[in-house]
Amino acid sequence: MLEERKKILSIKNLSVSFSQYEGAFRWKNLLAIKDLSLDVKEGEMVAVVGSSGSGKSLLAHSVLGILPYNATRNGEISFYGETLTEKRMRELRGKEIVLVPQSVSYLDPLMKTGLQIRKGKKDESSRQKSLEVLKCYGLERDTENLYPFELSGGMIRRILISTAVMEQPRLVIADEPTPGLHIDIARRVLSHFREIADEGAGVLLIIHDLELAVEVADRIVVLYAGTNLEEARASDFLEENRLRHPYTRALYRAMPDNGFSAEPGTQPYAENRPDGCTYAPRCEYVQEKCLKEVEYRNFQGGMVRCIMAGGEIR
Amino acid sequence: MRKEFLFILKNFVRMAILMFLVSIVAFFLVSVSPIDPLKVNVGQTALGSMSQEQIEKLSQYWGTSISPVRRYLSWAGDFIRGDMGVSLLYRQPVSRVIGVKLSNSLLMLGISWLISGIVGFSLGILAGANRGKRLDKGISAYALITASTPAFWLALVFLMLFGVWLKILPIGLSVPIGTEAAEVTIRDRILHGILPVLTLSITGISSMILHTREKMLEVMESDYVLFAKARGETGTQIVLGHGIRNILLPALTLQFASISEIIGGSVLVEQVFSYPGIGQAAVTAGLGGDVPLLLGIAVISAAIVFTGNFTANILYGIVDPRIRKARNNI
Repeated sequence: MLEERKKILSIKNLSVSFSQYEGAFRWKNLLAIKDLSLDVKEGEMVAVVGSSGSGKSLLAHSVLGILPYNATRNGEISFYGETLTEKRMRELRGKEIVLVPQSVSYLDPLMKTGLQIRKGKKDESSRQKSLEVLKCYGLERDTENLYPFELSGGMIRRILISTAVMEQPRLVIADEPTPGLHIDIARRVLSHFREIADEGAGVLLIIHDLELAVEVADRIVVLYAGTNLEEARASDFLEENRLRHPYTRALYRAMPDNGFSAEPGTQPYAENRPDGCTYAPRCEYVQEKCLKEVEYRNFQGGMVRCIMAGGEIR
Repeated sequence: MRKEFLFILKNFVRMAILMFLVSIVAFFLVSVSPIDPLKVNVGQTALGSMSQEQIEKLSQYWGTSISPVRRYLSWAGDFIRGDMGVSLLYRQPVSRVIGVKLSNSLLMLGISWLISGIVGFSLGILAGANRGKRLDKGISAYALITASTPAFWLALVFLMLFGVWLKILPIGLSVPIGTEAAEVTIRDRILHGILPVLTLSITGISSMILHTREKMLEVMESDYVLFAKARGETGTQIVLGHGIRNILLPALTLQFASISEIIGGSVLVEQVFSYPGIGQAAVTAGLGGDVPLLLGIAVISAAIVFTGNFTANILYGIVDPRIRKARNNI
């Protein structure tokens, strides 16, 4: 087998909290991400799945150091073994760590796309490079002269990806690159990220479409109410009983090919997240012990945050 | 080509309608005003010592004995033919009075307009880009204080400070008193213009700051600025590359719309500084019942303000690609 691949990104016990006013005078701390851990290795594509409000985008923003001013980050994020401080993030972002944002609103509405791809640089070599990148993604030369409002949804995604490959990134964070796209175009967009990973960079794919994630990624991290419940190989999603957490199994059963059945209940908001297992209120296996903190542990080649895994859940 | 022609024609018609309505409203207001031009201009005592015949003549001259509708129609008829009538107070053609007064005001108004626009825009960007920091607080405080300061009061304060106490600037008028017109130097003109310009700029700056700052905050919180940050662009790069690009348009609109404010403000400021400009002429005409002059000034000011807004409209199409391309595609 391959020798152990180098870890590009390693996130340990990340938590992100927001301080905000409650009423006129009282400060409130809202824990949006709680105890989240994951890592991305070279040439690997890790998908982070979860419904909206589970903290996916915040995760991306924490790695880049672009959280809002009232947010506090705790826990450890390291890049090639080196702790990512705010200063280090500032040095790396846009060069070694790049973000591919989710929608056209991340492009300056009054700037031609070509200029945006090359970050406003006007020199000839940057221009040539940007034209190459456009060509690479099947976009016409002329696209560089269009404004964002003149682009179609699929073109916008490709422009956004183009911004990432202008540099030689080691880590690409893709924040929801597929919503609103026709399934064929979505697959094509994801295949571009797969190519980036196959060329050796790490890709952290933030996505809410589990089916697509399973198709393209190597590993899947399942997020729920700001924390991760499971980390599985993409191949684990071929069979329900290879999955480790009741929530992941519920997600599996909700996939169109596997019964399309929705579990009752909804994901709790950060302010009324239960102590202990966040999924406990909806879990059919819930026990007394689930109401205390649950450890995120290694299990059958993946990770799980459930005391029942390997016990009653088989 | 035909499209452009239609566009201009449409706006020309709009302007004509606006001028017509403005003249009607102005005329209506003058005719219901309680000011009796005879009493004001001739004086109560003089009027009392005059014979009935003399009073009759005067009343003919001031038009007080003719019905308002007929007066308006005869004015409007002449105006359409290009004759703005004769000012009753200055005893000169209205067009010449307006020409002289406007040329006195125009430079002063133009400079204040430019200063308040450029300074306000720059300070607004600085404040917006440094949200919550001391610089922002200082600039915002300045803008809020000057926004709530009446222009005429500020004019009086400046007058006292620079004209009376420090005696470094003249207290009024646009040229030195008792100097022949030929001997008035440019330096004299500038010295006399400083205080009015200062007053008008300071009050004009504040609204520009507050609006620009607000727009800048919006831009700074936008997704595309967040993305720019994620791509390693620095604060300065973001402000210069994305900030100005995106707030220039609303700022331009505001700047051209503010022409009306500058003209309105000039009335008060010129009054305080006895500056013989268009604003002061408007006050004199209004208080003295000089209907032709007042209507002339009202209509010309309306035309200037309209042109300002119209220019903003055209610039929009030039600066904003979304509008430019939409117009080309229609």
